[in-house]
Amino acid sequence: MANLTTKLGRLQMKNPVMTASGTFGYGTEYSDFMDLSRIGGIIVKGTTLRERQGNQYPRMAETASGMLNAVGLQNKGVNYFIEHIYPTIKDLDTNVIVNVSGSEIDDYVKTAEIINELDKIPGIELNISCPNVKEGGMAFGVSCAAAAKVVSAVRKVYDKELIVKLSPNVTDIAEIAKAVEDAGADSISLINTLLGMAINSKTRKPMLSTITGGLSGPAVKPIALRMVWQVTHAVKVPVVGLGGIMNATDAIEFMLAGATAIQVGTANFIDPAISEKIVEGINDYLDTNNFSSVTEIIGALEI
Amino acid sequence: MKKFILDLQITHKVQLNKQNVLLKLTSKDLLPEILPGQFAEIRVDKSPTTFLRRPISINFVDIAQNELWLLVQIVGEGTKRMAEMNPGDLLNAIIPLGNTFTIPTDKNAKVVLIGGGVGVAPLYMFGEKLNRMGYKCVFLLGARSQSDLLLLNEFEKIGEVYTTTEDGSHGEKGYVTQHSLLYNPDFNYIYTCGPTPMMKAVASYAAKNEIFCEVSLENMMGCGIGACLCCVTDTTEGNLCVCTEGPVFNINKLKWQI
Repeated sequence: MANLTTKLGRLQMKNPVMTASGTFGYGTEYSDFMDLSRIGGIIVKGTTLRERQGNQYPRMAETASGMLNAVGLQNKGVNYFIEHIYPTIKDLDTNVIVNVSGSEIDDYVKTAEIINELDKIPGIELNISCPNVKEGGMAFGVSCAAAAKVVSAVRKVYDKELIVKLSPNVTDIAEIAKAVEDAGADSISLINTLLGMAINSKTRKPMLSTITGGLSGPAVKPIALRMVWQVTHAVKVPVVGLGGIMNATDAIEFMLAGATAIQVGTANFIDPAISEKIVEGINDYLDTNNFSSVTEIIGALEI
Repeated sequence: MKKFILDLQITHKVQLNKQNVLLKLTSKDLLPEILPGQFAEIRVDKSPTTFLRRPISINFVDIAQNELWLLVQIVGEGTKRMAEMNPGDLLNAIIPLGNTFTIPTDKNAKVVLIGGGVGVAPLYMFGEKLNRMGYKCVFLLGARSQSDLLLLNEFEKIGEVYTTTEDGSHGEKGYVTQHSLLYNPDFNYIYTCGPTPMMKAVASYAAKNEIFCEVSLENMMGCGIGACLCCVTDTTEGNLCVCTEGPVFNINKLKWQI
C-alpha cells in the first residue's frame, strides 16, 4: 500500500482524486454507490450569489466519446447553499470545495466572502471558465487582464485555498495561468469544457437550446493533457488536471504530465462509483511500479 | 429509496415487432423494491457512439421469478444495441430511479391509463398494481398501426382495453384523445405516458374537465440521479430534474401551454 496523501496548496488530501464540479451534485447524490470519505475531495456544483434557473431544455447531447452540456449554472444561490446544503455535507470526511461563479466581479467577491465564513469548507474553485452563461463565466477566463482582475479581487476577501479553474477556449493557456498565479491563486485546475456544437440533421436544428455548449468526456482528454503539461511548466503553483478521465490510467497520465491532483467529471455519470475505483487503481499502479508515494509520479514524464 | 448498480442477465427476449423488444432480466441477488413509474439507467456497452447510460422505463417486476422487464424501442444506437442482445448477456443497470404514480384515494374511482407507443411500458406495471389492489382500470392505448400496439394480451388480463390506431387497423381510427371513451368525461384519474404531443393533448383534456392527471416524462438524461441537471422540465417550482423529481408529474405542476 503506497502513500496516497498529497498536498494541494494549503489543502491536505488523503489522495489526489477529486470529483469535478457539476458532475457530482453535492456528493450526497452518490452516497448509495460509494464511500465519499474514500476520495480526496468533492468540488460541489457551481454556486452563484443569487439563484439561477439555468438554460432551457435540451441541455445535453451525446457526441462521439463525449457529451455536450449547456446547463448554465442552475443553482439556488449561496444563501440557500448555506442554509440547506452545507449542514448536510459539512461533516463529510473529505475536502468539500465550493465552485464559485458569477456574472460580475462583485458577485464572485460577495459569494467568496460568504463562503469564507464556513468552517468546514477549506477552499473554493473559482469558475472563470463556464461556457454556458451569457454574462461573466468564461468571459473572465479568456483574457489575462480580466482573469487577473477577478482573482485578485477574490484573493482580498478569501483566505483559504483558492483554486482557479481555467477555460481551454483560449489561444495561450500558459499566459492565463501565469496571470492568475500572479493575481494570488493558490492552485489552478484545468480544463473546463471545450466550446462545441451538435446538430440534428433530421430536424435541421441544433441539439442544444443554446446552440453551443461545453464538450467533456474522453474526446477532450488529449487536449486537456497537453494543456496541463503546458501549464505545469509555466507556473509554480500546483495544478489539478481534469478532462475526460475515465479510469485510473487516465488519472495517472495527468499526474505524469504534472498534475498534483485530478478531478473525475463525466465518468461519474457512467459509473457513479468510478472515483473510488480510481483511488484503488492509482494505488495498484504505485505498488506495481514500486513507487512508495503518489507524489513521486507528479511530473514524472520521461522525455 | 436506496439505489443499486447491478449486472442484470437477460433471461428472455421477445421480439414484439420490428421496432420493439421485451427483455426480461434477472439478478443473482434479490432485486430491490421497485415502484411503478420508476426507471433504470442502462449501460449499453463501451463503444464510443453509445457513451452515456440510457434511461429505460421499468415495464414490470415479476417478484416470483426475480425478473425485471424492460420494453425497448429502437430509437438510436444505444437502444439498437440493447435490442440486439440475447439471453445470457449482461446489462449493467442503476435501479430504482425516479418517483412513482400517485395511487387514487378512492377504491371506486374511475381510472384510465392512456398510453402511446412504447409509453405503455410504465402503465402496465402501474395498472397491474392497481388491479391487484382492487381498482378497476381502463386502458386506452394508441399506436400508429396494429403491429405497434404493444403487450395487448398482457393489458387485457388486468383491465378493460380500448385502442386507437392512426391507420384504423385496430380499434378506433385516430388519436387516443379522439376515442369515444373520452366523450363523456367521467373519469376521476388519468395517467398517461407516450409521445409528448399525445401527453399534452391528454393533459389538455384533463385540465379542461378538471380531472386529476399525471404524466410520465421522458427527457434526455445525463446521469439519472440528479447530479448533472440536464433533464430538467419547467415547472411551477422552476426547472426540476425529471430523473429525481419525476419522471411522474402532476400536470398542475408543469408549465405546459395546454
